[in-house]
Amino acid sequence: MSSWQTLSRPLRRYPVRPPDSGIARRKSIWERIHLDPWLLGLLLLLMGGGLLVLYSASGQRIDTVIAQAIRFGVAIVVMVVIAQLSPSTFLRWAPFAYGLGLAMLLAVEIAGDVGMGAKRWLEIPGVIRFQPSEMMKLAVPLMVAAYLNRCQLPPRFKHIFVCAVIIGLPVVLTAIQPDLGTSLLVASAAVIVVLLAGLSWRLIGLIGALIAAGLPVLWMNMHNYQRQRVLTFLDPDSDPLGAGWNIIQSTTAIGSGGLWGKGWLEGTQSQLEFLPERHTDFIIAVLGEEFGLVGMLVLLSLYVMIVGRGLWLATSAQDTFGRLFAGSIILTFFIYVFVNVGMVSGILPVVGVPLPLVSYGGTSSVTLLAGFGILMSIHAHRRLLPR
Amino acid sequence: MPKRHDTLKNPEQELRIFRVRALLAVLVVVVLTGLLTGRLAYLQIVQHDLYSTRSEKNRVRVEPLPPNRGLIYDRNGVLLAENRPTYNLTLVRERVDDLDETLALLVELLDLPEDDIEAFNVRSRQRQRPYQPALLMSDLSEDQIARLAVNRHRLPGVEVEAQLLRYYPDAEMMAHSLGYVGRINAEEMQTLDAGRYAGTHFIGKTGIERFYETELHGQAGLRKVETNARGRVLRELGRTDPVPGANLTLTLDKSMQMLAYELLDDRRGSIVAIVPGTGEILAMVSTPGFDSNQFVTGIDVASYRGLQENIDLPLFNRAIRGHYPPGSTIKPFLALAGLVEGVVTPDSTINDPGFYQLPNDSRRYRNWLRWGHGRVDMERSLAVSNNTYYYTLAHDLGIDNLHEQMTNFGFGQRVAHDVQGESTGLMPSRDWKRARFNQPWYPGETLSVGIGQGYWQVTPLQLASATATLANRGHWVKPRLALAIGDEPLALDLPETLPDIQLDNDNWWDRVFSGMEKVLSGREGTARRTGVGLEYRMGGKSGTAQVFSLGQDQRYNAAELEERLRDHALFMAFAPIDDPQIAVSVIVENAGGGSTHAAHLARAMTDAWILRDDAPDAEEVKEALVDDTARVEGN
Repeated sequence: MSSWQTLSRPLRRYPVRPPDSGIARRKSIWERIHLDPWLLGLLLLLMGGGLLVLYSASGQRIDTVIAQAIRFGVAIVVMVVIAQLSPSTFLRWAPFAYGLGLAMLLAVEIAGDVGMGAKRWLEIPGVIRFQPSEMMKLAVPLMVAAYLNRCQLPPRFKHIFVCAVIIGLPVVLTAIQPDLGTSLLVASAAVIVVLLAGLSWRLIGLIGALIAAGLPVLWMNMHNYQRQRVLTFLDPDSDPLGAGWNIIQSTTAIGSGGLWGKGWLEGTQSQLEFLPERHTDFIIAVLGEEFGLVGMLVLLSLYVMIVGRGLWLATSAQDTFGRLFAGSIILTFFIYVFVNVGMVSGILPVVGVPLPLVSYGGTSSVTLLAGFGILMSIHAHRRLLPR
Repeated sequence: MPKRHDTLKNPEQELRIFRVRALLAVLVVVVLTGLLTGRLAYLQIVQHDLYSTRSEKNRVRVEPLPPNRGLIYDRNGVLLAENRPTYNLTLVRERVDDLDETLALLVELLDLPEDDIEAFNVRSRQRQRPYQPALLMSDLSEDQIARLAVNRHRLPGVEVEAQLLRYYPDAEMMAHSLGYVGRINAEEMQTLDAGRYAGTHFIGKTGIERFYETELHGQAGLRKVETNARGRVLRELGRTDPVPGANLTLTLDKSMQMLAYELLDDRRGSIVAIVPGTGEILAMVSTPGFDSNQFVTGIDVASYRGLQENIDLPLFNRAIRGHYPPGSTIKPFLALAGLVEGVVTPDSTINDPGFYQLPNDSRRYRNWLRWGHGRVDMERSLAVSNNTYYYTLAHDLGIDNLHEQMTNFGFGQRVAHDVQGESTGLMPSRDWKRARFNQPWYPGETLSVGIGQGYWQVTPLQLASATATLANRGHWVKPRLALAIGDEPLALDLPETLPDIQLDNDNWWDRVFSGMEKVLSGREGTARRTGVGLEYRMGGKSGTAQVFSLGQDQRYNAAELEERLRDHALFMAFAPIDDPQIAVSVIVENAGGGSTHAAHLARAMTDAWILRDDAPDAEEVKEALVDDTARVEGN
């Protein structure tokens, strides 16, 4: 391993064309377009299956499915374009992306649009309307990975402190919007970077203890509806027609599906609208009801395979920045899956996390596939080394 | 880029660390995925049955199908109570954007009076599931329906629903006998069988509607429907049809009822007519009447107060709850009691000096004719309504025998089979007086009872029923209002019927009847003016009851007070004597003497029933009365 650190042109550490090596090797078409066929195939399979479930979950409205397919198309284009960029580009952009994101979060705080009781949206009227916190899901781990890339690893206490500041600012800004779910996801994406970088077990234990100690403080500062969610999670039957309704109906949908499910478009919980948010956050309950445990296991396997392939790609990245960022992207992806399925099946409190690439929604698909674009870029822009 | 630390970095070590951490991450992923799989397997395999049931309960709703209430006909098949479609205003709160705004708009559109708005507001906020329609208003007018239809787009969640509602075509004259239905109240809800009454909003409150509630109501059905989360019915999965309530055919004859109502002519009073052989009540009227339709959907406060505070007590069913001293109308029963007890024979006579004196008592109990009727036998005592004869008879019977015999005629007890809310009246006795006043019975009181005064109080229904039994020669048939329930005729012999009254000599009945005939047809008969032109043999007896108390503590003005102190006019009659087809009792409050003011009403009733189309109608009877200037006074 090795020689590229001494290259004279630091900004071109990832040459688009690696220097010829001793062993001649033809590049495949996939390598030329910088995409990973396995990952791409699994993602397409997931999105295709997702559209099938969405058709049922949307109350059999083909226009919803088409809208989602168009978003997928856009997201795939974004992914392919990003995959063409060199990882060094991300490294260079890290401070700017992070700074811009932070600025927009502040702007939201000052002049944001109120939607659903929280300031989350930034709108340039007539042009675009989006959530800066969504962008931070990538920008923050990127920044942390870029920072740690410059440090000697495993990180020491000083580095951890800097990382904590980098993570803390956007997380707090997101949390006070308030959007606790997203802020936790942003935090976990960045924390994963630090963990992958080799945070010592002693520090992990210490931080864990601090978080445990901080929970009561967090509870005191939570909004009423957030507390309600936690309480409802602990006992959904306490408010069956109110906040507990979602969980009762989603577990009922999943449980009534049994092993084989009631059949596509045959789920009564979903089709008769007992299931809330059935085409967004709770879409997996539709799958569970109509395709049963078998369908759920197929979906989970698909996710696990994507995560496995993603981790493999991350491990095979050639430098620390690439590994850390790629690892964070793919593990965050898994966290989304776990939190969503855990929430819908009633083992986690209700937080607004959609099921990746299956739930209806534009912004999250684009962010996710952009992440996979980065993953593929990091993988495809390896220097081929002699064996 | 800022300055680099490459020289300090150890790529080999960093890769090693990453690999270890990535491996740990894989482990975590596997464990968490296992956790999810376990949870899903628990829900979908272990708990599958529980959630299947829950999901079924979610989607399948059982809706009650209320039965149609049975219709009520008179004996000739004339409809007396029907179910008429009406339109109700309902509101589904879930679909209303702004409740206050919607209510304000409704109040404006429907032009509601203040009282209604309040009830309206309360009903709109009653605790109900948000997807179930709440009833805001019943019985919308055509105009209101039209205005709602035009403004439909401004009123999401507001709907006009059709519903069958009880309707009484001849409410005023039928109200007391038929009774009425009304909304089931909270108290009734406690005692009702929830299954039978699922979906039913109305229940019989009084009269026939109440007595035959079970039969008229029927049995609720149900249907299983699939609904979505908002409660909208998507399809029917199965149903059990409701069993409609049985139609009721009454013994009442609408034309007789109408005649009685018109004869009473808005005075306070009552007429009851019974077919002696069968106990069928042909007419049972209490006036003034009231519009029972008002009570079906709930009467408004002002109207109800008006009815309650009306000095004529229109809500009071005089026919079955009015207590009147019977006066001389009970003289035939007294005569029969004397015959049964062997105190007199039809040929026994007294000499009437115009008064009666108890042994060792100087007080004179007077006949209505000051100078007396001279020699009086049983038939003449009835014809001229002699008091002295009955003072003597009552004294000879004694209160104990008198009480026993009058009880056999049904006085002092409920007599009818299916008349809701019937009063017992009062047949005084030694025991009663001891219990009531803690006083012994005085012989003078027996004399008062002997001429139907004193403590004795009868209801018009009791008087008619006793007359029917007399006409039947002592054979009791329980009076009834139902002729047939569905296709099932009511049995002639009903349980708890009183024992028949036996006379030693059957001809004695004819002697009593003869006396009663002479009331109308005899030269001296108290009601001989009424008997003019009779085309059949009719027996009757007049009565005049002294008003001894004002009853309820009510505010009267002086003119009304005077009117209300006048005597009640009573008459009892049956006809034809040879083959009795009708027995009648008539009471007109504060009208004066019974022979003048009640007898012709009884005659009009018997004429109508026996002569049918040839009988004079109510107007002709009234005109005849005005022409009849000759006053025949009698007790």
